[in-house]
Parts: sequence; structure tokens; C-alpha cells
Amino acid sequence: MDLIREFSMLPLVVTILAYQFGLFLQKKWKSPVFNPLLIAIILIIGVLLLTGYPTADYQAGMKTISWLMTPATICLAVPLYQQLQILRKDWKAIMAGICAGTLASLFFIFIMCRVFGFDQILTTSLLPKSITTAMGTALSAQTGGDEAITTAAIVITGILGNILGVPLCRLFKITDPVAQGVAFGTSAHVIGTSKARELSDLSGAVSSLSLTVAGILTAVLYPVLTML
Amino acid sequence: MTVYLKQSALIFGFTLLGEALSRLIPLPIPAAVYGLVLLFAALCLKIVKVEQISKVSDFLLTILPILFVSPAVNLLESWGILAPHILPIALIVVASTVLVFIVAGLISQALCRKERKDGSDS
Repeated sequence: MDLIREFSMLPLVVTILAYQFGLFLQKKWKSPVFNPLLIAIILIIGVLLLTGYPTADYQAGMKTISWLMTPATICLAVPLYQQLQILRKDWKAIMAGICAGTLASLFFIFIMCRVFGFDQILTTSLLPKSITTAMGTALSAQTGGDEAITTAAIVITGILGNILGVPLCRLFKITDPVAQGVAFGTSAHVIGTSKARELSDLSGAVSSLSLTVAGILTAVLYPVLTML
Repeated sequence: MTVYLKQSALIFGFTLLGEALSRLIPLPIPAAVYGLVLLFAALCLKIVKVEQISKVSDFLLTILPILFVSPAVNLLESWGILAPHILPIALIVVASTVLVFIVAGLISQALCRKERKDGSDS
């Protein structure tokens, strides 16, 4: 074990392999339950528990790549810019939907956390659960939340949106492709967007626009709520 | 190869600007959000062209999900905070996802229809 702990690239290589395995399963079964990120997380947690490899060493190994998180998140501006060109005409409807959804998310979670008597750490960890992981974890970390809980809540939210989205569209008669995109992107970020893309190209584009705008909006509104 | 260097320099430059703003402005908004908004503005104002960053940004966007594995694995450490509240948390996660989906979808659909109707009337 001592020798194995000295290989600084081991955590990174194993993590990439676990993610690739998740991608393979997703391709094979085409089900949102086989989300590559979720599979990688479960596999790595399993391996750490089984082998007794220290979590701290795993985290230290992942530092070789985790500094890329901020520059990679900033690059989300590129697809956002490219989609903007297509979406000029429904601009107002899209923005109104995203604002309403984001406000509903923040207030609902905030009130429910109060109802259940959650402490500040848990509340701030859950508030950004509908936005994309990069922004959500950063927000949570900056306001004293627990990054791990936020990441888990975000990934599970995405998978839920991906699975429940189409039945919800049918149930509530959300038939407009633009509205479907807003619903997927605002509620279930990137993982929901992958479903929206299957419905139509327009839904996919609106969905990725929505997830970015919802993220920025949450980042702006978040400080207000955490101060209450 | 210098293409990759130049593109990286631009992207890291915007990261640096984001970090600076995050330090200077006393709000808990992460550097990534400031950087994203600045880069988006630079693209809209044609200060930066998509081709000037697309190679490196495509690569970074591809590896982005892998970067989330390690923060999530810390659940092992946070299990103590999480375990006693697991049922209410599950309820909040499911209920809020459904609520946001319906609110965002129905409101944008109502407004889309209204705009299209107004457009065809005039």
C-alpha cells in the first residue's frame, strides 16, 4: 500500500477509466440512469472503501487536474454565444421562464430546509442543486456549504430531470420545443440538456442557454438568500 | 502548436480577470461566473472570436465532467452530516426538480404563444 500511494498519477488514471466505463455503459443501454459521472463517483467511492486507499491521498492525486475547473467553466461562454444567434426571437419568453424557474427553485428549497430545520451548511449545500456542477460547487464552497453534498444533489437532480422530463411534458402539455428546452435546462442543467437534445435541436440549444443563464442568475440571487 | 498556447493564454487570462473581480467585489460569486460573463461579453463585442479559443475550449468542455468526480467522492467525508437527514433531502431534491421543470416550462410556453399570436396579428 505504501508503494502504491507514491504513484501520484494513479487516482487520475483510475478516475478517467471509471468515467470511460460509465460512457461505455451509457452507450450500451442509452438510459439516463447510466450517467457516466454518477457511475464514476460510485465506482471510485467503492474502490476507496474496498482497498482502504486514503481519501486524502485520492484528493491530492486529483489536484493534478482539478485546477482546470474554473477555466473549463468559463468556456461555457462559447456554446452560450453560439446559441444566442438562433434564439433572438423568443428571447423574452426564454428569460422569463428561466427567471421564474430559478426563483421557484431557490425559494422552495430555502423554505423546505427551514421546515425540516436544516442547518446553514446543509441549506447552502442544497440551494444551487438545479444549476450546473461547475457553478454550483463553486457557489457552495464560497458560502460555506459542503461541496460533496452539492455535487451529489446536482448530479441526482440532473438524472431526475432527464428521466421525468418527457412524462412531465406530456402531463402538463408542454409541447413547444422552446418551452421544453427552458424546462430541461433550468431544472436539470447539462444532464437534462442531453435529453432535450434528443427531442429536437432547438430544445437542445434553448436548454444549454437556459442552464448557463440559470447558473448566473442563481449566483447573483444566492448571496441574498444565504444572508436571510 | 503555438495555436494551443495562444488559446490557453486567452482562456487563462479570462480566468485571471474572473479571479481578480471575485476578490475585488465583496459578493460570494465565484471567479468562474465572472470569467464566463466577461468572455461572453468579449465574444458578443467581437473582441474575441470563437476560432481564437475553440480548440482549447472544446478540450476543456470535454474533460469538465471528470473534474467533478473528486468533489463528489468527498461524500465519504460528509456522510456524517448527510445521513440523519437523508429522507427529507431526497424529498426536497425530487419535489424541487419537478416544480422547477413545470414552472419554467409552462411560463415560457405561455409567453411564446402570446408573442407568436401578437406577431401574427400585426
